[in-house]
Parts: sequence; C-alpha cells; structure tokens
Amino acid sequence: MQVYTCPFCGLRDEREFFFAGEAGAARPDTTGPVSDAEWADYVHMRRNALGRAREVWMHLTCGELFVMERDTLSARVLESVALRAEPGSGEGAGSAEASGGPDSASGPDGEGAP
Amino acid sequence: MGGYSALRLLREGLRDQRGWRPAWRSPKLRKAYDIVIVGGGGHGLATAYYLARNHGITNVAVLEKGWLGGGNTGRNTTVIRSNYYYPESCALYDLSLRLYEGLSRELNYNVMFSRRGMMILHHSEHEREIAARTVNAMRLNGVDAELLDRDEVRARAPLLNFGEDARHPILGAVWQGRAGTGRHDAVAWGYARAADRLGVEIVQNCEVTGFIVEGGTCKGVETSLGPVRAGRVGMAVAGHSSHLAAMAGFRLPLTSYALQAFVSEPLKPMLDCVVASPAHGVYISQSDKGGLVMGGALDRVPAYGQRGNLPVQEDVLGGLVDCFPAIARVGLLRQWAGIVDVSPDSSPILGPSPLPGLYLNCGWGTGGFKAIPAGGLVFAHILAEGAHHPVSAPFDLTRFERGRLIDEGAASGIAH
Repeated sequence: MQVYTCPFCGLRDEREFFFAGEAGAARPDTTGPVSDAEWADYVHMRRNALGRAREVWMHLTCGELFVMERDTLSARVLESVALRAEPGSGEGAGSAEASGGPDSASGPDGEGAP
Repeated sequence: MGGYSALRLLREGLRDQRGWRPAWRSPKLRKAYDIVIVGGGGHGLATAYYLARNHGITNVAVLEKGWLGGGNTGRNTTVIRSNYYYPESCALYDLSLRLYEGLSRELNYNVMFSRRGMMILHHSEHEREIAARTVNAMRLNGVDAELLDRDEVRARAPLLNFGEDARHPILGAVWQGRAGTGRHDAVAWGYARAADRLGVEIVQNCEVTGFIVEGGTCKGVETSLGPVRAGRVGMAVAGHSSHLAAMAGFRLPLTSYALQAFVSEPLKPMLDCVVASPAHGVYISQSDKGGLVMGGALDRVPAYGQRGNLPVQEDVLGGLVDCFPAIARVGLLRQWAGIVDVSPDSSPILGPSPLPGLYLNCGWGTGGFKAIPAGGLVFAHILAEGAHHPVSAPFDLTRFERGRLIDEGAASGIAH
C-alpha cells in the first residue's frame, strides 16, 4: 500500500485520497466572449504527462485540497503543497516526499520547509 | 511461407517440426513510406492489414517500440462484445464483432474466438429498469440482446451467489449471446502475419521520439533508428497517446490510468460465459486452459507504470468472492496492468489530429481489444482516403468542441 503526504495530516494511506484533476488549468475569463474551442480546451483537454505531473488532490478525511507532484511512471510522490500557500514558498505545512517504496530516498527538489 | 492447416500440422509433425518459418519478416527500417503507423498493437497491425487488403496500399511501416502486442493487446481480459447503448457505438463495436466472427478464416490464423455469451448482472429494481432500457436500445440498433430473470441467470451460472446473505442480490442480467472471448496475442500475431504477407513492413524495437513537421504538416517521424518520412502518419498507441501528442504540439482529452487484470490457477470448467457485475465492479470468464480471467475498475490514480495498486486489487478480488463464493480459496497465478487512455465520454477518438498529416486512433480506454478489427478497418480508411469512414465520423476529435459526446461511460453503467 502506498502512502501519500497530506500537507495537514502527514503520511496517510492512499485510500484516503481522491484525484481531483490536473493543477494549473485556468478557467476562461467569462467577462469577455469565450469560444467553443476555448471551453473545450479548458473542460476536456489534458496534459496527461508521462513523468513529472502536478495534480490537485483531496484528502477525504480532512477535506482539504492540495497540490501533489508525482512521477506518473514510477508512482513516486515528489512534493505535497497546501493550495493556500504559494507553490514552492514552503509555507504549506509538511511539504515532504512520500512514497510506498523503499527506494524513495531521492527527496523532492526545491523543497523549502523552514 | 505456407498457410496454416491441419494437413500442414500433420506434415510438420512427421518432419520433426523443421519446416516452420517465422510468421513475419524483420525488415530494416527504410527512409520513407506512403504511410507510417506508430504502435504495433492490435489496432496498428489491423490498420496495416486493412490498408493493404482493402485499399491496396502496401508501402506501409508499423513501428513498435517494444514487441508486437506487448501493450494493452496482450494485457486485457479478452472479452469481445457489442452491448453498447448509443447507435454510433453499436455501429462501431458490432462491426468489430462481425469481423471477429470471420477473423480466424480471413487471417488463416486461429484467434480462438469463442462465442460463449456474456451477461451483465443487475442487482436492484432500478438497475433492472436500466437493463431493460439497454436491451431495447441494443435491439433497436440491430444487436442481439435478451433480458434474463434470476432463474435464467442461475441456469447459466449456478455458482453465482444466490444466497439470502448476498451483498448484492441477483435479480437478472442483460444477455448478449454473440459476445465471447478471443486469444488476444493471436489477434496481434494473426494481423501481423497477414499484413506482412501483403507487403507491410513491421519494425520492432523502434521507438518514435518526435515528429517531422514541415510547413505545419506532419511529414514523418523521428525514431530511435533514424528519421522516417511518410505521406501520412497514424498513431495507435493507447495509453501513450498524450505523450506522443505532446511531441506533436497538441493536447488530447485523455487521462492514462492503469487497468489491472488477474488470472487464477487452472480449474475444472465452472463458468462457460462471461459475467460482469457493475454493482461489484468486476467481470470474469474462464479461459480454455481453466484459469479464471478477472478484472474490474480502473486504478483511480493517473499512471504510466504498468503495475496496478493494492486497493483496487482488494476491491476487485473481494467483489469477485462476493459474486462467486466458491472461488474464495482459489490461488492467483498472475496479476498485471495495462495503461489505458480514458476519454471524457469513454468513447474512442478517430480521425485527423490538430497537426495535418497526423491521424488519431486512441481513447479506447478499457475497451480497445474488442474493437481491434473495426478500429483497424476504419483507421485504414481514414489513412488511405484522408477522410472519415461513415462509422468513424461521430468519433472525431472535434466532438468535444461541438459538445456532441457519445457518453458510453454513463450509459453502460460500468465503473470505467
């Protein structure tokens, strides 16, 4: 069983987490006209990256959403950052690596928890 | 290279099996082809075969980064069916089923299509109403379907859990008698051999690393064995479609997930049809060797690693034991996963890509194997003509912009 890091609760069983979507998708600005292509791009198109991916996850037991960086090939978790903090600022509590495997020693790059 | 027959088998048996030759050649990659197909799985190989047979185009290369059928074609649970809801889907999947019916003879290769029938169970009054609606829709679309009651289900699969304590009591099932299973490796190998005999070149261990784009048009591919130019390029790479699309400079409405499958130790015959239970999120059949071939829902984590996670294993195997209490102590022989490309409406994407000259065969998600003959046939048409086959037209990428989705994920009620 793999464990993921919730920025608020620490290491928890993967079954407590829900994949909410890719991070960084910006909703079209509806104050102006939005074309069908722009809506389709926002609603349906995905990076679906092989390798490093930034995703929004929810920790179901505490109900918080956060950004998790994972490697989609190795399943290794690279970083977990609370959404309320600026990504990379290190202010999201507990930005830390977590992985199910014993070979998870390689830490996240740019991890800045003070 | 002679054809395969009982007579040939007998003759080779008497000659110590020394007369067999490789089923396809291993040609060196040339510099240019009329059409290059990326992906040597079932869809890519079937496309190559139909290009040669239906359209007379034989200057074709199939590029495969690993070995033939080593991706999802060799990792599925071999179910072949056309019990879909929408007319567009029935047209596509029933075309595939009809092609499967004659495939062994057409390819001179035994794909072991076994028309053993499939039932999708329902466990509540509400599910039963939806099941009746599905049966009606299938019949209107010209696909065989029957609504079975509890006793008819029991007659076909007596080992199912009909007990009072069953977590999901069985009320009945949707039956498709023409559905069945096939030998998945043989489908890839049969198409490869037949395409090779018609002149198509199959190059294995050749990974595509980029696209040659000139004047905004795709003119070929960069590969680990050097550049290859092509009049048209088709990609049929399932779970890696988004990865190739990124190389070509566009995104697709796909998410790649691991889909797991399991096979048990061989048992005496205990189940002679395919059974699926959407409520349990599982499906099961028994192979000719006696192993129970089992699968269930996707892992919920986007993934490219062909492994599969433990929570889904627990759910699937637990659900199967709920369905068939008798198999609780049966040992598993193997477990594996394939990377499936799931689209928002659980329907495939066929036709031109945003990059002119590059064409898409992707988005089959969890149901690509059953669609191999039809997927290959319509994709060959698309690559040969540069325009849609009538069956493939509704599955164009532009449907997401037009809002004309073919939402089989919701209609079939399965947890994919």
